[in-house]
Amino acid sequence: MTNTFLNIDKVTKSYGAVRVLNETDIAVQQGEFLVLVGPSGCGKSTLLNMIAGLEAITSGEVSINGRVVNGVPPADRNIAMVFQSYALYPNMTVRGNISFSMEMHKVPKPEREAKIAQVAELLQITHLLDRKPGQLSGGQRQRVAMGRALTRDPDVFLFDEPLSNLDAKLRVDMRTEIKKLHQKLGTTIVYVTHDQVEALTLSTRIAVMYGGDVQQLGTPDEVYHNPANMFVAGFMGSPAMNLFPAEIVSLNGGIGVKVTTAGGYITLPFPHGAAMESDIGREIVLGVRPESMTDPESADHDSPCLEHVDLPVELVETTGADSFVTILLGGKECIGRFRAKSAATEGQLTHVTFDMSRAVAFDPKTELRLA
Amino acid sequence: MTLRPARILLYALLALFCVYYLLPLYVMLVNSVKPLSEITSGGMMNLPQAWTLAPWKNAWSEAQVGVAATGLKPYFLNSFAMVIPAVTIATVLGALNGYVLTKWRFRGDTILFGLMLFGCFIPFQIVLIPMARSLGFLNLSGTVGGLVFVHVVYGISFSTLYFRNYYAAFPTELVRAAEIDGAGFFTIFWRILLPNSGPIAVVCVIWLFTNIWNDFLFGASFSDFSSQPMTVALNNLVQSSTGEKEYNVHFAGAIMAALPTLFVYIVAGRFFVRGLMSGSVKG
Amino acid sequence: MAAHHALSTKARLRVLLPRIVLSPSLALVAIFVYGFIFFTTYLSFSDSKMLPSYGWVGFENYKTLFSLRMWDIAVTNLAIFGILYIVICSVLGLFLAILLDQHIRAEGFIRTVYLYPMALSFIVTGVAWKWFLDPGIGLEAVMHDWGWTSFQFRWIKDRDMAIYTIVIAAVWQTSGFVMATFLAGLRGIDGEMLKAARVDGAGTFAVYRRIVIPQLRPAFLSAFVVLAHMAIKSYDLVVALTNGGPGTATAVPSTFMYSYTFTRNQMGIGAASAEIMLLTIAAVIIPYLWSELREDPR
Repeated sequence: MTNTFLNIDKVTKSYGAVRVLNETDIAVQQGEFLVLVGPSGCGKSTLLNMIAGLEAITSGEVSINGRVVNGVPPADRNIAMVFQSYALYPNMTVRGNISFSMEMHKVPKPEREAKIAQVAELLQITHLLDRKPGQLSGGQRQRVAMGRALTRDPDVFLFDEPLSNLDAKLRVDMRTEIKKLHQKLGTTIVYVTHDQVEALTLSTRIAVMYGGDVQQLGTPDEVYHNPANMFVAGFMGSPAMNLFPAEIVSLNGGIGVKVTTAGGYITLPFPHGAAMESDIGREIVLGVRPESMTDPESADHDSPCLEHVDLPVELVETTGADSFVTILLGGKECIGRFRAKSAATEGQLTHVTFDMSRAVAFDPKTELRLA
Repeated sequence: MTLRPARILLYALLALFCVYYLLPLYVMLVNSVKPLSEITSGGMMNLPQAWTLAPWKNAWSEAQVGVAATGLKPYFLNSFAMVIPAVTIATVLGALNGYVLTKWRFRGDTILFGLMLFGCFIPFQIVLIPMARSLGFLNLSGTVGGLVFVHVVYGISFSTLYFRNYYAAFPTELVRAAEIDGAGFFTIFWRILLPNSGPIAVVCVIWLFTNIWNDFLFGASFSDFSSQPMTVALNNLVQSSTGEKEYNVHFAGAIMAALPTLFVYIVAGRFFVRGLMSGSVKG
Repeated sequence: MAAHHALSTKARLRVLLPRIVLSPSLALVAIFVYGFIFFTTYLSFSDSKMLPSYGWVGFENYKTLFSLRMWDIAVTNLAIFGILYIVICSVLGLFLAILLDQHIRAEGFIRTVYLYPMALSFIVTGVAWKWFLDPGIGLEAVMHDWGWTSFQFRWIKDRDMAIYTIVIAAVWQTSGFVMATFLAGLRGIDGEMLKAARVDGAGTFAVYRRIVIPQLRPAFLSAFVVLAHMAIKSYDLVVALTNGGPGTATAVPSTFMYSYTFTRNQMGIGAASAEIMLLTIAAVIIPYLWSELREDPR
């Protein structure tokens, strides 16, 4: 492993008999933006805290820039961390907060002043320097917290759900800023969130975690379009990927899937299943993203495999830009993303276009991806 | 706005209870400024006919307390000499303990805290005998220093309880952030925790001050005439059976003994109430 | 890659320092609470008289203790005092809290008045009530002076009634605290729930009886624990108000312990009585501490 900058090697974490993180390996390259995403209790924050040195590593090794840091105190790891609550010291001014770390590392005063000015400029918080954290808005606190982290010129930036305390609009703005900051500075970042949109927009790579295991480690595109298992498929994307039972059948000399509908069944081609000839007759779980199940006009016309079917509509929910149309497939309520002005009406048949080149199949028992 | 009958009854009840709670204070006050003869003739509830400050002067510097006619003044000073160091030391130790027990947790810390906490509740009779001997062994028998020591020992449980509950609600992320910033154990305490501990420090100081000032059992058990605190001296003054009972002097003395804690209560009542409320362990 | 997981000195210090800081306090508590409890327990099984002595006599002191008439009086008094004190304080405290919770004017002032006795020393309280209840100059004399010459109130001089004067003074001192506990509990109840109850058609009385008071359980519990342990420990008030008299009529375990240990030179018996007090308090406190600390994470 030549270029690995932050290496997580067979790391586990247990509290007594309870294991919260199973053996985990992640190799992060310099300049990467790795997002650890998963529901609460999946082990993502524990892993981040172990990288930071705030929690002891039960077994395995963490190394940063070629140095094993197990047992090295947080202050000596050359990392910086932005916390969910921002963790600004309430008794100090913004200047004091940003300067504190440099003070602790005995950086001389003129140098500190220069660095504060530079960071404040970068984050546009110069006018806030003499205020106390209590006088700042959520977004401003967020900037100060990042400013404090920036003064360190750290090897690795750690973010622990930094945007989850902001309101929706501000969250989007700050997300963009963090992305820009990463592009400008090029520092390695490990970022924890439970928000899959944040994960998809920010990261260069995502580790989807659940139950103490990394379920899938890959680029946003891989994770989104080729989920490794049903958990990843269901977790990433909103509305979630539709997962419903289907049967592998032979279709026009190729492979297709047979799906029950409200009125009977439909058969659709399944290009990903081309190699599943021996599986004909097998029950699978089919995964179709809402945007691959849409009105004919909205469908991706570059797709090699579009299929048009008329299906009855259960429910239409309008969200402004889109309409979410509920359709029964394999006995499950599935959601298609239609354009707002589509003709779909509750209780009536409507034209539905499936982009079957995007459909994936899972084993109902192991929940792993089949094709 | 006219008051409905129910509201009138409500206010009448509230006023009645005000009278109930204020009556003893009224009795102490008016009788401390009237001549003895007005009290003994059944006029305890009346305002003084002849106002006089003589009972106060008498109680402060002339009355026979125990063996000497010194008044309560030396004992009043003893109480301060005992309270100030005891409160200071117990508060500092409690703050450090609370800091460790919430921000530097380790296996078994809750049990240790529970064991410390039990010290708040023990009947002090259980420690009187060995403590009397230990103070002798430490050469602190019958001294103010001995009382300071005793009050520190049994005050730690309370101060630790207060600071632990307060720091438990203090965001641990701040401590972790400071650690990453490179601050050590004491720097974090000094620069991050302490500047934000104002309210609980006030609560703790008031609680300890009130408790230690008002203590009688330890004062009666471990002091001699040179080191008795105010409460013990007041009791000696009132219980002494020699001569005529000077009720007015007793009342003046009782108010003197009550003044410091009453003053604290009136100035910082909010914190006093918060201290009382923290009787609930988790806070 | 060569693994070197040995902790640096700094990292080891990070783990050790907190324990070092905690240890003086722990040592004090270990010696002066638990060591002393152990020592007194030993004395209660010894033949100590004026000074500690280490001859083992088994349960002799406890046998003597339970056969003593004064101990019998002390325990009975504690039962009377403790039950009345806790019940009256709770009822009065709850009643006052509900009165104060009716959006009244001058609430702050009234609260201050109800609670101030808590800031006083029991000795001060004792002195005030001792003379106020004294038939020669107090309430009875005042009533006579006002013309009600048949009025009699001499409980404090009455062997059978004196213990009730201690209840009166103790309730006066502490009921404000119980009021404050309940008031805090009342204020902690979700206002929307009360609105919902009103919408459901519940009147003020029903709201309190059916919704509010059942939710004050934690306040009742902490009031009970505080009152119970204050009742068992009460010493100063008895000394100041009646000094255990008339005769031994108002003796309680705490005055019994003091008098047997330091005045009557029966240290073994004194230690045994202290032991009984400790066990009584422990029976109340330990379950409480246990339930309070148990749910703590880790």
